[in-house]
Amino acid sequence: MRHEGVVWPEASRITVLEFAPGIAIPHTCVQCYDYPCVKACPTNALYVDSRTGAVLVDTGRCTLCGACVRVCPARVPKVVKGRNYVLICDLCGGEPECVKVCKEAGFNALELVPKPEKAYVDPYITLPEVVASKLSSKVYKGFSKEVLGL
Amino acid sequence: MNGFWGKLLEVDLTSGSHREVKVSPTIFRKFLGGRGLAAWLLWSELGSKWESVDPLGPENMLLILTGPLTGYYPGIKLIVSGKSPQTNGVVGSAVSSEIAVEIKAAGYDGIVIKGSSKDPVYLYVHDDKVEVRDASKLWGKTGIELLKMLRDDVRVNYDLEGVKSIPPALYIGPAGENLVRTAPVNAKWTHGAGYGGYGAVMGSKKLKAVVVRGSGPLPKVANLEEFIKLRNELIRLIPSKNYWFKFWGTPSEYYFAGNRKSSEPIRNWQEEWHKNIEYSHHDLETKVWVRRYWSDWGCPLSCMKVSIVDIDGNYYLTDGPDYEMGAYLGSNLGIFNVKEFTALSAIADNLGLCGIQTGNVVGFAFELYEKGVLTREDVGYELRWGDFKAASKLLEDIAYRRGIGKVLAEGTYRAALKIAEMKGLKPEEVLKYAVQAKGIGIGAHGIRSKADFPQPIAYVCSVQGGDHTSVAGLPINTIESESWKAFFDSAVVCWFNLFNIPEDTVIKFLNVVTGWGMSKDELYKELGPRILTLQRVLLLLGGPDVYWDPRVHDDNPPRFYEPLPNGPYKGKAGDREEVKKLKVQYFSELGWDELGIPTKETLSRLGLTELEPAVERVRKRLGI
Repeated sequence: MRHEGVVWPEASRITVLEFAPGIAIPHTCVQCYDYPCVKACPTNALYVDSRTGAVLVDTGRCTLCGACVRVCPARVPKVVKGRNYVLICDLCGGEPECVKVCKEAGFNALELVPKPEKAYVDPYITLPEVVASKLSSKVYKGFSKEVLGL
Repeated sequence: MNGFWGKLLEVDLTSGSHREVKVSPTIFRKFLGGRGLAAWLLWSELGSKWESVDPLGPENMLLILTGPLTGYYPGIKLIVSGKSPQTNGVVGSAVSSEIAVEIKAAGYDGIVIKGSSKDPVYLYVHDDKVEVRDASKLWGKTGIELLKMLRDDVRVNYDLEGVKSIPPALYIGPAGENLVRTAPVNAKWTHGAGYGGYGAVMGSKKLKAVVVRGSGPLPKVANLEEFIKLRNELIRLIPSKNYWFKFWGTPSEYYFAGNRKSSEPIRNWQEEWHKNIEYSHHDLETKVWVRRYWSDWGCPLSCMKVSIVDIDGNYYLTDGPDYEMGAYLGSNLGIFNVKEFTALSAIADNLGLCGIQTGNVVGFAFELYEKGVLTREDVGYELRWGDFKAASKLLEDIAYRRGIGKVLAEGTYRAALKIAEMKGLKPEEVLKYAVQAKGIGIGAHGIRSKADFPQPIAYVCSVQGGDHTSVAGLPINTIESESWKAFFDSAVVCWFNLFNIPEDTVIKFLNVVTGWGMSKDELYKELGPRILTLQRVLLLLGGPDVYWDPRVHDDNPPRFYEPLPNGPYKGKAGDREEVKKLKVQYFSELGWDELGIPTKETLSRLGLTELEPAVERVRKRLGI
């Protein structure tokens, strides 16, 4: 909503993948310390917001070559029909809309904090299938493979 | 256009072709979408020959429709419809699935499926790319296995696009394939559009699944600023006004509906009250639930729970289970063990059976066994109240149409007629145990105590028979009337996300999205009655195997006139005189005559004069 002004699930910078009941994995950029996407960009379209640590996209320079997607261990940058540049969470310039909505609704599941240290962040750089597989082994125990096939 | 595209995707399975069909904004204003649009599409296409259209033949259409609130109002719902193999009219059957928002994101308001395929197929839609794919390796598969296979078939390539969500599917289990009339169209692992029996319609078309992936935005809303404000406000309001749903979901009713309200089906509705405190949300919470909150797309209420139970080394996965599932597969069969009815709910999900409709017919069979109408020779094993193993075996027999399951697969009403014939009994001698209305087993909320939400005419006057989410009631210009239910099924929004939210807020939301000037007056005096009138005429046309006579069938099941045998409402029973009085009043306030047949003036006032010849056909058949 904030970026596109319309309801557009595919263009949302947060993707939720539901692998099984209760195994819904939210997936978004975690602002890793290595920024392989920024390094891999052949047109220098990606750069880091020094204030927030978010990866920003120079929409005029991006050619949608896909180098950032393939080099990201979590495949976070999104290529979406109707946009000629990749989409990556920009933390809304430091005031994330998702945190605001979550707080307003009284869920308080999201919290705005200073960027955590690298060792805290690193384990989160992963594909949703991996998270789903770990989580379902905990929740579903022996039944996990039968339901998820992961 | 705001809130909708004015465009449907039409797929013909006989020829394998597809095309886009435009629907004018005037039609959306008159019927909204979902249930209303379904009734209008079916009338336009099949109305002139309605009585001869076999719901399980290639002439019938399967409709998968969104509405102007789908994807905007918190929560998600989709309407599945067609000529119903249960009522032989039109039922708007709601199911929760992300596929609703994907359809809109693909650029359509819905999908219309015509004809039937020779071999098993599934439909894959990715925006304007439409493929009828071979499903021979998917045919016969049960829910959990099918979803795994489908997921691998339609997986998004992360290397090319980045991580995207998993394309959602609608599907049928073995029950739908075998044309079981109590088969829903399933979604996810545990959801189903159960009322109406559209799983059998899908099966008759040899359509195993529908997968949709939409990559575009939803239609623009008319007033973006107001929309964001109102939506954020609703996301806060909905869970705070309905905390019991957030905490316990519909399982909060297991003990409450039975103990406090005396309205829970127990042993095929012979009783409606219990004092079994272990048959409750608390026991589910402590023994069964592995996840406390489970929501579908955009839902702030998270009324669903995730349950896993282990019985004799077998694992069973399902949601809450939802109150309706548990009541019908638990107390209705005399099973009060939370693990056992959770397992039965999972078995029904996986076989592709509607827990309500199948629980209704299984309870009916258990009582026939108790009363000696059905015997061990008929069934092959004993049917005793509280027997988990017998119940699970009977569910399988129904899904695969084995033995007595072949008869019960026809649903309670038709099974009663067949059993009467088998046993040389008069139909009413068997129908007196059938707790159904116009071919649909009554939802798990009784009317005798008058302490629950359905009024004495709730199921008598509903155009969707025993559907507890579409009950009729008075006063006519309030949420008690069926007009309100026709509204939310046509705007296509989740009923639970409307609880304790003023109608004015919901209507304002609709106007903010669409730019219309809908008023409460228009909703209750025109829109609702228009949809109900159309559904009522199609219901009375009926056929070809079953027809309804208002003088006989606009009534409660005989059981509801028997006094409650126990509990705080002991002795309470339906009152025939009261029902008759309320029925005539309700019909008259909708502009229908005393038999519930819409008058000429009403048809003209609602812009439905084209229905006049159909009403004449109904009158002729009834000899009035």
